[in-house]
Amino acid sequence: MSSQDNTAERHGSGKTADKVFKGVAYGCGILILVVLAAVALFLLFRAWPLIGGDQKANSATISSFTGGKATNFWQYVGPLLFGTVLVSALALLISFFVSVGIALFISHYAPKKLATVLSYVVDLLAAIPSVIYGLWGGLVLVPAIYPFWNWLSKTFGWIPIFAGPAANPSRTVATVSVVLAVMILPIITSMSRDIFLQTPRLQEEAALALGATRWEMVKLAVLPFGKSGVVSASMLGLGRALGETMAVLMILSPGLNYSFKLLQASQNQTIAANIAAQYPEANSLGVSALIGTGLVLFLITFVVNFTARKITEKASA
Amino acid sequence: MSATEESPMNGAPVIDFDKFKPTRSFIAARKRKDAAMRMLISLAFIVALVPLISVLWTTIANGVKRLNLNFLSYNMTGVVGGNPTPSGGYGGVQHAIIGTLEITLGAMVISIPIGLMCAVYLVEYSNRGKLSRAITLLVDVMSGIPSIVAGLFAFSMFTILLGPGTINGFEGSVALSLLMLPTVVKSSEEMLKIVPNDLREASYALGVTKQRTITKIVLRTALPGIVSGCILAIARVIGETAPLLMTAGYIASTNVNLFSGQMTTLPVYVYQEYSKLNANCPVGADASCVTTIPMERAWAAALVLIVLVLILNLIGRLVAKLFAVKTER
Amino acid sequence: MGQRIDVNHLNIYYGNFLAVEDVNLNIEANKVTAFIGPSGCGKSTVLRTLDRMHEIIPGAHCEGEVLLEGKNLYAKDVDPVAVRRDVGMVFQRPNPFPTMSIRENVLAGVKLNNRKIAKSDADDLVEWALRGANLWNEVKDRLDNPGVGLSGGQQQRLCIARAVAVHPQVLLMDEPCSALDPISTLAVEDLINELKNDYTIVIVTHNMQQAARIADYTGFFNLKAVGQPGHLEYFTDTTTMFNNPQNEEAERYVSGRFG
Repeated sequence: MSSQDNTAERHGSGKTADKVFKGVAYGCGILILVVLAAVALFLLFRAWPLIGGDQKANSATISSFTGGKATNFWQYVGPLLFGTVLVSALALLISFFVSVGIALFISHYAPKKLATVLSYVVDLLAAIPSVIYGLWGGLVLVPAIYPFWNWLSKTFGWIPIFAGPAANPSRTVATVSVVLAVMILPIITSMSRDIFLQTPRLQEEAALALGATRWEMVKLAVLPFGKSGVVSASMLGLGRALGETMAVLMILSPGLNYSFKLLQASQNQTIAANIAAQYPEANSLGVSALIGTGLVLFLITFVVNFTARKITEKASA
Repeated sequence: MSATEESPMNGAPVIDFDKFKPTRSFIAARKRKDAAMRMLISLAFIVALVPLISVLWTTIANGVKRLNLNFLSYNMTGVVGGNPTPSGGYGGVQHAIIGTLEITLGAMVISIPIGLMCAVYLVEYSNRGKLSRAITLLVDVMSGIPSIVAGLFAFSMFTILLGPGTINGFEGSVALSLLMLPTVVKSSEEMLKIVPNDLREASYALGVTKQRTITKIVLRTALPGIVSGCILAIARVIGETAPLLMTAGYIASTNVNLFSGQMTTLPVYVYQEYSKLNANCPVGADASCVTTIPMERAWAAALVLIVLVLILNLIGRLVAKLFAVKTER
Repeated sequence: MGQRIDVNHLNIYYGNFLAVEDVNLNIEANKVTAFIGPSGCGKSTVLRTLDRMHEIIPGAHCEGEVLLEGKNLYAKDVDPVAVRRDVGMVFQRPNPFPTMSIRENVLAGVKLNNRKIAKSDADDLVEWALRGANLWNEVKDRLDNPGVGLSGGQQQRLCIARAVAVHPQVLLMDEPCSALDPISTLAVEDLINELKNDYTIVIVTHNMQQAARIADYTGFFNLKAVGQPGHLEYFTDTTTMFNNPQNEEAERYVSGRFG
């Protein structure tokens, strides 16, 4: 009896600590929401002169950025957005099949030991900093891949996107896409692999027991099960490619066109690389314009990532 | 068993099962397709290996040329064109290594406590309510924020709060912590989730408060996994370049003050050297003046960076493996 | 040493779902009381309300009174954390803390509550608790080895030692032997028989022979149908329960005709 009163008293401090700890945990949870809102708000605030400020000064700034090509913000951000989406979509296109292939190889084809090693290799690819991919792309891949692009433009030049002459050095959208494809490959691979590994064993065995070959089993059981996961993984990969700065900055020779000429230089530029490239020389108003483009990038990646997560959420529910 | 008269199969149609047997050529076609897909899938894996090996190989092969003690112990002050410095080297990354370590440390100090406590909230306190689902979703979304946007955010925040032209290492830390936070939350959350509920109950049943149960039992049990997750998160942000270009800047000399003045980091150093293309050598300079020295420095710094990142990855994985708490169930 | 528990009109809910209905029960001090009954009838749920452990599950709450030696555990000013120090609990699966040695596990209840404890006091407490749990002779030479390195039965006795080291008045045991082999089960049952000199013991078991072997009183829980709340059907001394039950359902259950 008295022992209860005793304990209650001597653990009064425990109760306070309990409350404080809980409060801190709650606070940190809510802080996440605050931070994300702060990101949007600070960017909006800093980009505000673009919308609320002197429009004449704005258009002067923008035309100095673009050499007179564009005079308002939307004309400016349009080609950048186009370039960003083009490069990312191409990267995703190149990376998708290879990634899914590797994921299948790890989950359903490779012997266990090899699969473990491979998983490490994929993680290693993910760990390499983007500036090193940029360096490698700019100094190694650009010269190395030129003969291939040249051959492609000569053989398939009649298809508009491969129209020649292939630029040399090939600081082109095509080369950048290849580098970005390598960079997003580990993301798509590791997520797809995790999904594939979760395929219900019973479904796989049911397919095999019917006399299906391994590929038929994959087609019957694994792919349908993993479909939404793979889609969401691809969206995340796309999100990553959209925001990638350094590799693009270090490889691509920029231009501001709505152009599909993948093998020619000075056609497109991405938002992220443009910010990094223009930023050092920009004045205050110029920085506002760049932050405005950054806001556009933020919104796009937000939507892409949000959709990807919603897809996974639905699939796992 | 032998009651054949009552069998429901009485009067059932007679089936010639041979009709359904797959033809020989069909089986062969299926086998060919299986083999073809096996080939394609194995090929995918080789395709992935090519760039990895190429990246690693070129970095190592080009990096070792200039990577020596001199390179690691000097900064870029007094480096003129392609000429050697009085110390006999061609400049180095000492300042960049210091900057990288300090800025990353700053990011750790900000993001690890917040991320960890956020994970504690999600796993231990939230009861899967609306708020926690919103936080989980936004953490996921946050992990997709482009690094350059994180840089713009830190830049905007500091210029708005502290006046225009503010550039210092800590600003870079803020940008990096934004990128690190979601990774820390996610990995810590996973680790807390796999702590068996039995242990929490055992602790509560001993009359231990929730706070002490979490700090002394749950976090202690999950510690190796959390440490490993944090190290991997550090490895991820330590190679970030774009956000640091605009927040921490670039200088040639060593700056040890995180809160004032520009600060060079390794990735930014790599980029700056890469953008220099070639160094000038005066006409008639002797062989000690190297025009390609910026690229060589870029490669050497890249090698330092890659070694740093790989070591962090290795440590992260080893910690998880060696110190794993056996919660055998 | 042990204290008695009286349960009056106890209704237990998970959210809006009434899981157990109107339990009235008197648990005698220094006796072993067993709860038996088919799966899902709420015996573990009732057990967990006796030290307010059920509250840990979000949404779980209860109405009614649980009196420990006449004092209501659910009175407004009672701290559930303090209740759990007076009423200890042992779980279905042995759950020693994996980060702690055998010694640290025994001291966990004291140390986690931030009590400073002198080394000699700690040594004494460890020996006392481990002797009380019949484990001392088996582990006295390796107190610093991890607790999870012991066998299942030893782990469970370690958990009992950990529970008694907090010096509770009552020990609740939720199927403490269901994860153990027969020999370990026997060891734990012997231990329960000794522990009742010092503690009031309430045990949930699926094993009717076990209840018959160790319990002084037995409560039979039942539920009318799946989805219906469970209730205490019949409570009596163990001899009557297994030899001459005055309740039709209980008789059918103990004679193995259902459940």
